[in-house]
Amino acid sequence: MNIVVTVKQVPDTWAEKKLDAADKTVDRKSVDNVMNEMDEYGVEEALKIKEAHGGEVTVVTMGPAKAVETIRKALSMGADKAVHLTDDSLHGSDALATSAALAKVISTLSPDIVITSSEASDARGGVIGALLAERLGLPQLTQARKVTVDPGASKVTIERLADNGYALVEASLPVVVGVVEKINQPRYPSFKGIMAAKKKPLTTLSAADAGLDGAAVGLAGAASAVVTSEAAPPRSSGTIVKDEGDGGTKVAEFLAAQKLI
Amino acid sequence: MAEVLVLVEHADGEPKKVTAELLTLARTLGEPSAVFLGAPGTYAKAKEYLAQYGAAKVYVAESDDIASYVGGPAAEVLANLVGEASPAAVLVAATADSREVAARVAAKTESGLIWDATALSTDLVATQGIFGGSTIVTSKVTKGVAVVVVRPNSTAPEAAPSTPAEQTVNVAISDAGKGAKIVDRVVEAKSGRPDLTEAQVVVSGGRGLGAAEHFALVEKLADTLGAAVGASRAATDAGWYPHQNQVGQTGKTVSPQLYIAVGISGAIQHRAGMQTSKTIVAVNKDPEAPIFEFADYGLVGDLFNVVPQLTEAIEKRKAG
Repeated sequence: MNIVVTVKQVPDTWAEKKLDAADKTVDRKSVDNVMNEMDEYGVEEALKIKEAHGGEVTVVTMGPAKAVETIRKALSMGADKAVHLTDDSLHGSDALATSAALAKVISTLSPDIVITSSEASDARGGVIGALLAERLGLPQLTQARKVTVDPGASKVTIERLADNGYALVEASLPVVVGVVEKINQPRYPSFKGIMAAKKKPLTTLSAADAGLDGAAVGLAGAASAVVTSEAAPPRSSGTIVKDEGDGGTKVAEFLAAQKLI
Repeated sequence: MAEVLVLVEHADGEPKKVTAELLTLARTLGEPSAVFLGAPGTYAKAKEYLAQYGAAKVYVAESDDIASYVGGPAAEVLANLVGEASPAAVLVAATADSREVAARVAAKTESGLIWDATALSTDLVATQGIFGGSTIVTSKVTKGVAVVVVRPNSTAPEAAPSTPAEQTVNVAISDAGKGAKIVDRVVEAKSGRPDLTEAQVVVSGGRGLGAAEHFALVEKLADTLGAAVGASRAATDAGWYPHQNQVGQTGKTVSPQLYIAVGISGAIQHRAGMQTSKTIVAVNKDPEAPIFEFADYGLVGDLFNVVPQLTEAIEKRKAG
């Protein structure tokens, strides 16, 4: 099974995120950056499929030079090799341009399964799985809370999360799978894994190496633009009351006064 | 006036409230055309509703392929309509299914995509709260047609009865669009409560509940208010409540008139999914819980005393 898993380096969830004042892209310089937490579930699922069926896991990321830290983390969890697409011209790419660039790189790897996660904590678009399926012309097995691979039948079945349950969705390989966070429990990198990661193959590609059209990527190639940006008015705290035995009644009185009941 | 395409959000033909919101918004931007995509025989249930909210035209695409495959068929049909109608904008609801369709439509039509808009001006400048609502940006699509994913509860729906022209769409889906086949749909929880993202009132439970069975307290309070039930990630991770009900980052974003947080500390992951609620009420025994920093009314106390008393007080007021 040739498995590709996409990862993204994002500002730490706990960091105070902001936009860069000059070009209105996510400020990745003033904050700690980590692997997008959801991507850990994607890497874990890739490793589980490899462990069950054999094969190789390739990590693919697009991002600035320091995104290599996130690649290292995926490799130390157990992925076999990595491709890092990095180029100043890619800075400011929107989801559409990013998906086109990633698809171009991924298609050269001829994967059986491409795994991505349901959303990144910085942009929260939740669309990269659908976009990779579209770009690669592969079945879209997104919102998966369970993945079953049947290599003999060359088939993948998932449980796709729905509002009141799930849909059972199946497709023939190759496929794009998007996982949600309840699918597994990502492993921690072991010391051995961390040491081994340093020796694993890492290919670094520029936009030109990947054969990308400079006009179609980065801020110049983005199909949408931020016009204005400002801090939201802070939400201040209201009335805080300590329960003296009549707390429930007091909340009801507040709701009634606000005409909410 | 240019058309504005609205993807009808429905369950087996029954329209969701967000459809009325999108049609109301579309009327401010141009001529609203509803696009109904569904299984054969389902449109009949939506017809009257779309007329009531002012659709000038309805594109009706009924096909087993649309209902039987994930993503591809809906995106192909909608992208074809974008090509034919050259609309000013395409509006879809911010649901898991529709945002994926919108993304594929944007890719197919080389258009820009904006997600989670809470407002859209007549010159198609969208307002979004990003980084969990801490930053407000306005943005604009700069290529192709504006494909805008709009949050439920962003526009107050207003009826504007019309007699829409109906246009039947021939559906011919490519093999590539029919890759991910839905072989079964399994209903795990049929609550009868409103949809989480559409509800006017949401009552959510968190770690403070301590056990799955204590969610009954939250459900009872929710039912007296006609509310949807939400849960924090701590509660869904613990398996106390379904993932589908998770509010916050990696879960759903809600913006109801009233949000009641029960036993939820209000960490940034949760806050990201609910802080645009109109009124926030929190019950938590920890006076230092971050949720008290942004709740409109906070009660420091034991939820096991407060919540049943609150439920009873509401029931009494309703009866009286």
